[in-house]
Amino acid sequence: MTATLQQTPEPRAPKVRTKAPGSKSIFDPAIVKTASVDSLKKLNPRTMMRNPVMFIVEVGSVLTTYLFIRDLSDATSKQNWFAGLVAAWLWFTVLFANFAEAMAEGRGKAQAAALRKTRADTIATIKMPDGTTTQKASSALQVDDLCIVIAGEIIPGDGEVVEGIATVDESAITGESAPVIRESGGDRSAVTGGTRVLSDRIVVRITAKPGETFLDRMIALVEGANRQKTPNEIALSILLAGLTILFLLAVTTLQPFAIYSGAPQSIIVLIALLVCLIPTTIGGLLSAIGIAGMDRLVQRNVLAMSGRAVEAAGDCTTLLLDKTGTITYGSRQASEFIPVTGVSASDLAEGALVSSLADETPEGRSIVELGLHDFGLTIVEDANAVLVPFTAQTRMSGMDMSSGRQVRKGAADSVRRFVEAEGGSFPLEVLPVVERVSKDGATPLVVIDRSTPAAPWRVLGVIRLKDTVKAGMRERFDQMRAMGIRTIMITGDNPLTAAAIADEAGVDGFLAEATPEDKMALIKREQAGGNLVAMTGDGTNDAPALAQADVGVAMNTGTQAAKEAGNMVDLDSNPTKLIEIVEVGKQLLITRGSLTTFSIANDVAKYFAIIPAMFSGVLPVLNRLNVMKLDSPRSAILSAVIFNALIIIILVPLALRGVKFRAEAASLVLRRNLLVYRVGGIIAPFIGIKLIDLLVTVTGVVK
Amino acid sequence: MSWQAIVQGLVLIAMLAVAVPPLGKYMAAVYGVRADGSAPGDRFFGPVERFIYRLCRIDHKREQRWNVYALSLVAFSVMSVLFLYALLRLQGSLFFNPTDRQSVSPMGSFNAAISFVTNTNWQWFSGEAAISHLSQMIGFTVQNFVSAAAGMAVVVGLIRGITRKRSRTIGNFWVDLTRTVVRILLPLALVFTVVLISQGAVQNLHGNTTATTIDKTTQVTTQAIPGGPFASQEAIKELGTNGGGPYNANSAHPFENPNPVTNILEIFSLLLIPLSLVSMFGRLVGDRRQARILLAVMVGILMVFTVFTMLAEQNGNPKLTTAGVDQSISTTQSGGNMEGKELRFGAAGCGLFAAPTTGTSTGAVNCMHDSFTPLGGMAPMMHMMLGEISPGGVGVGLVGVLIMALLAVFIAGLMVGRTPEYLGKKIQAAEMKLVAIYILAMPFAMKPFAAASAVLKSANTYQSGPHGLSEILYNFASTANNNGSAFAYQGTGTQWYTTTQGLSMLMGRFLTIIPALAIGGALVRKPKVPATVGTMPTHTALFGFLVAGVAIIVAGLTFFPALALGPILEHFSL
Repeated sequence: MTATLQQTPEPRAPKVRTKAPGSKSIFDPAIVKTASVDSLKKLNPRTMMRNPVMFIVEVGSVLTTYLFIRDLSDATSKQNWFAGLVAAWLWFTVLFANFAEAMAEGRGKAQAAALRKTRADTIATIKMPDGTTTQKASSALQVDDLCIVIAGEIIPGDGEVVEGIATVDESAITGESAPVIRESGGDRSAVTGGTRVLSDRIVVRITAKPGETFLDRMIALVEGANRQKTPNEIALSILLAGLTILFLLAVTTLQPFAIYSGAPQSIIVLIALLVCLIPTTIGGLLSAIGIAGMDRLVQRNVLAMSGRAVEAAGDCTTLLLDKTGTITYGSRQASEFIPVTGVSASDLAEGALVSSLADETPEGRSIVELGLHDFGLTIVEDANAVLVPFTAQTRMSGMDMSSGRQVRKGAADSVRRFVEAEGGSFPLEVLPVVERVSKDGATPLVVIDRSTPAAPWRVLGVIRLKDTVKAGMRERFDQMRAMGIRTIMITGDNPLTAAAIADEAGVDGFLAEATPEDKMALIKREQAGGNLVAMTGDGTNDAPALAQADVGVAMNTGTQAAKEAGNMVDLDSNPTKLIEIVEVGKQLLITRGSLTTFSIANDVAKYFAIIPAMFSGVLPVLNRLNVMKLDSPRSAILSAVIFNALIIIILVPLALRGVKFRAEAASLVLRRNLLVYRVGGIIAPFIGIKLIDLLVTVTGVVK
Repeated sequence: MSWQAIVQGLVLIAMLAVAVPPLGKYMAAVYGVRADGSAPGDRFFGPVERFIYRLCRIDHKREQRWNVYALSLVAFSVMSVLFLYALLRLQGSLFFNPTDRQSVSPMGSFNAAISFVTNTNWQWFSGEAAISHLSQMIGFTVQNFVSAAAGMAVVVGLIRGITRKRSRTIGNFWVDLTRTVVRILLPLALVFTVVLISQGAVQNLHGNTTATTIDKTTQVTTQAIPGGPFASQEAIKELGTNGGGPYNANSAHPFENPNPVTNILEIFSLLLIPLSLVSMFGRLVGDRRQARILLAVMVGILMVFTVFTMLAEQNGNPKLTTAGVDQSISTTQSGGNMEGKELRFGAAGCGLFAAPTTGTSTGAVNCMHDSFTPLGGMAPMMHMMLGEISPGGVGVGLVGVLIMALLAVFIAGLMVGRTPEYLGKKIQAAEMKLVAIYILAMPFAMKPFAAASAVLKSANTYQSGPHGLSEILYNFASTANNNGSAFAYQGTGTQWYTTTQGLSMLMGRFLTIIPALAIGGALVRKPKVPATVGTMPTHTALFGFLVAGVAIIVAGLTFFPALALGPILEHFSL
């Protein structure tokens, strides 16, 4: 046989983020256009009723408009200008809030439209139990139908490959153009309807009814069709409703006090005051923030089955991460040859190389690579060499050369048993070496050889196979720790190896020799201690744990069972994504909290604009509260109303993009956000209202 | 301010600093912080309690869920109101009535019964002229004890909701009530009564003592001086933050508050339990830093209001200054705005009393608040409008500040990117709903009534102009916050006021207590989330400012328009 060498595979490059199909930038002109139209459509009172704060503004707008029209004939032109302008800006307040929501929905809708195109009806070839085939429209498929799909065809529905292997283009779903392999059995058997088979032929057992496929769910999700308020959003809505009632009370009781004081107020002024006081800024942006948060996940190619899961991600205190593929590259690389006494390093290297020539695993190739590179060995061709494959019984592999020389490599304990059973001696000095290598988190392999089948086995030394921790993981985990999140590494390795990798990667804990049951027990233990647990998984045996975890992210490459059990699906199948998901969850809550704080803090300045304006006519001494020195009562009230409307539209980009998130301790995050949104929220409207007042005065529309 | 006023303030602070921590520790033991449930004085108090349990058939080992706990409290209050109502209606024909007091009118009895059961102790009547000794003793004084104890039971129930995890019950109301009275209030009141008697407060069962007046220039030659069992009532009046004194002049009357020493002692005793409860809270939740910051919030607000009121009153009335009246401090006078003030205490000594009495929902007064300068009068008014959290009435004050903490945690907690949590308990929709009800309760108990009073001809009494509005605002703020002090020039014995203020007191008490217990019931079921660096810290100065800020901004936004037309307008018009 000819041993051919292949290049050691490059460590997998960090995945380039590909945008989800049909995704656009936030302020795509097409989206802005649709959103403008939608914000008018959303004026429908039945739609508005879902948002009590903005509904009150709409009622106020209707009322002021009515009063404006009623008094059109008999009031002075100045009064009419004032009433008309207040009414107009109240309408703008409502429209701006609607626009924010429509903008947030816009990108999802565009994306859903793109996805719908891929859902075109196809003809499926069904394999009948008697072996014959029939044709069926994909919309008529039933669960357990067996479909034959050949190269060039579109897979008609979600299912599991039961026969064959094929390359599949899943770019319609994932946006990733590189084809993936799907094969029967194992953890790469799930296929998604709407994706295209590029080569070979597979038989797919359908697992989802038409209309309930992954693609359908994805469309519904990105479109936000069944969007439900998340728990924190509900709690916040209750608070906002409470504040609204409080201000309703303050304004309605103000009129009796005003009458008592001999300064009764017009309804328009009272409505203007009410609208300025109720939390319209956060009330108008709240749903946009939620939708945009979900959308940010979609942009990262993660589908959350519910908003609840996104929030839970922000709350997570424990992350369970699989070692292989998440923390390490997963392929162990040979890093050192450690010979026993009496054997030179190059002899060991040569033996290791020979034993691995036919070993196509990444480990085997890395051993060959190390021998060629660091020891300058060359490959001697031996056409009659016999390959000895790895078996579960021997737990060794190697090669029998035509010269009679035999070389083997394998795990230390099995090699020792083998050598001693064959009557050879196993040098005890190998044992501490093996232990040391294990302790370092690497895997030791022992190499032995004999020159003829009659000679005794000779131990050459130990190969150190090192599991490489991905670059930047330690920093990520440090950030997590700074946010108060513990990371726990899950691995099938023995405790020694696990401890070493855990130490190198900088995780907070590890679960070694983990079985699915252990994993489940760990999750339950963490949850019993009040922790929220996030994890990723792809195999069927991960499904129970995915379901138990508070945030279970299933890999798109994973099995159908795993995808069903989790509450998120990562289309990129990148386990490191979990960390980003946590950040998106946190950012969502931070944005809501910050804008709420800002909204409430704004009220202080509005009071100082409106209260003196309301009363300084009859009670001139109260003009001393007019600290902004606003020009006239009418301009003051109008300026406050205009500011109140404009601030919504100004904050739309922030609501859609989210408040910048930094991985820091809660106390630091709080301090900065309080400074910006509480203190800023108090100061900004003083400046804003004053500026608007100057403009309003210059135009001279109200005096 | 005079050096005497400053020394008084410092002495008060020193006394509290010495007394609060040990009392907090003692109360924590009373409410079961020790693992074995023992508490100091078990050998003495144990048999007393067991006797009461047997007498009232209380199964003291059986715990209650929040709703049963709340229902017990409400049932107890209803029974108390009915009893007190009957007592006042019948007092004319009952014994211990040496001065032949008539029975009280139906609406008057309704108002008074609610007032004492809700720990408000609002008095539309003059105690010495309207109430018999029997009504004072088994009616008002008893309610002074049990209404205070009920308030403390509420906060203990809420704290259990925070400290217990995945449970259902928050304690037994009857047990908490009994232990509070027997182990905390009675011993403290006993000591304080003796001290007051030693200083000259009256304690007898006499009727009126007739005295011949010294001043012969007036027509009046004799004066009837009413006596009674009043030192004992005075003690619990302050300790239980009740505030309803037997004399109309309240703590301005020399038989209730004989001298500057008792004046300081009374201020001390009305602050003692509310502050000690916070210290107790720290021990019950096992993190005394949490208590320290809440204490700092309460004391910080209290000090600001105290100093503000003292200064406002000491500075006197600018109109009098213009008229050439000397209001400065000198060796012959304490200076300041002396209208409606006792010469024994002076303007500053009055401010020193006014802030704690309105911050604790006590409502006892040692001067006429109605006579304050506009700003001086706005301070106690605003102090009540903050919702009685600095430090608030016994029990309910700590409840109030905990609710503010929950609100602050909720808004700020979102800003750190986690579902907000306080002391390991997640604050979610169910809790926020109850917090919203709690926060709405007081304004709703106050503003609609005040607004109606401002425009209804049938409601208006005596005053007009901004000061008249201030009186209406102050009096309804007082009833809605269960304070009981008054801008007392306004006649409130009318049908309109006894009815509306009775309702206002009921709403202010029970629409806050019941949601607070419900929050306890919601929290008690939850697991405890372990604190990490990702948790928003609730023991830092920043959090303290947040809690104070939330309280001030919510109250400010609610009441600013009304205040602008009342005291602020009055001040600008001076």
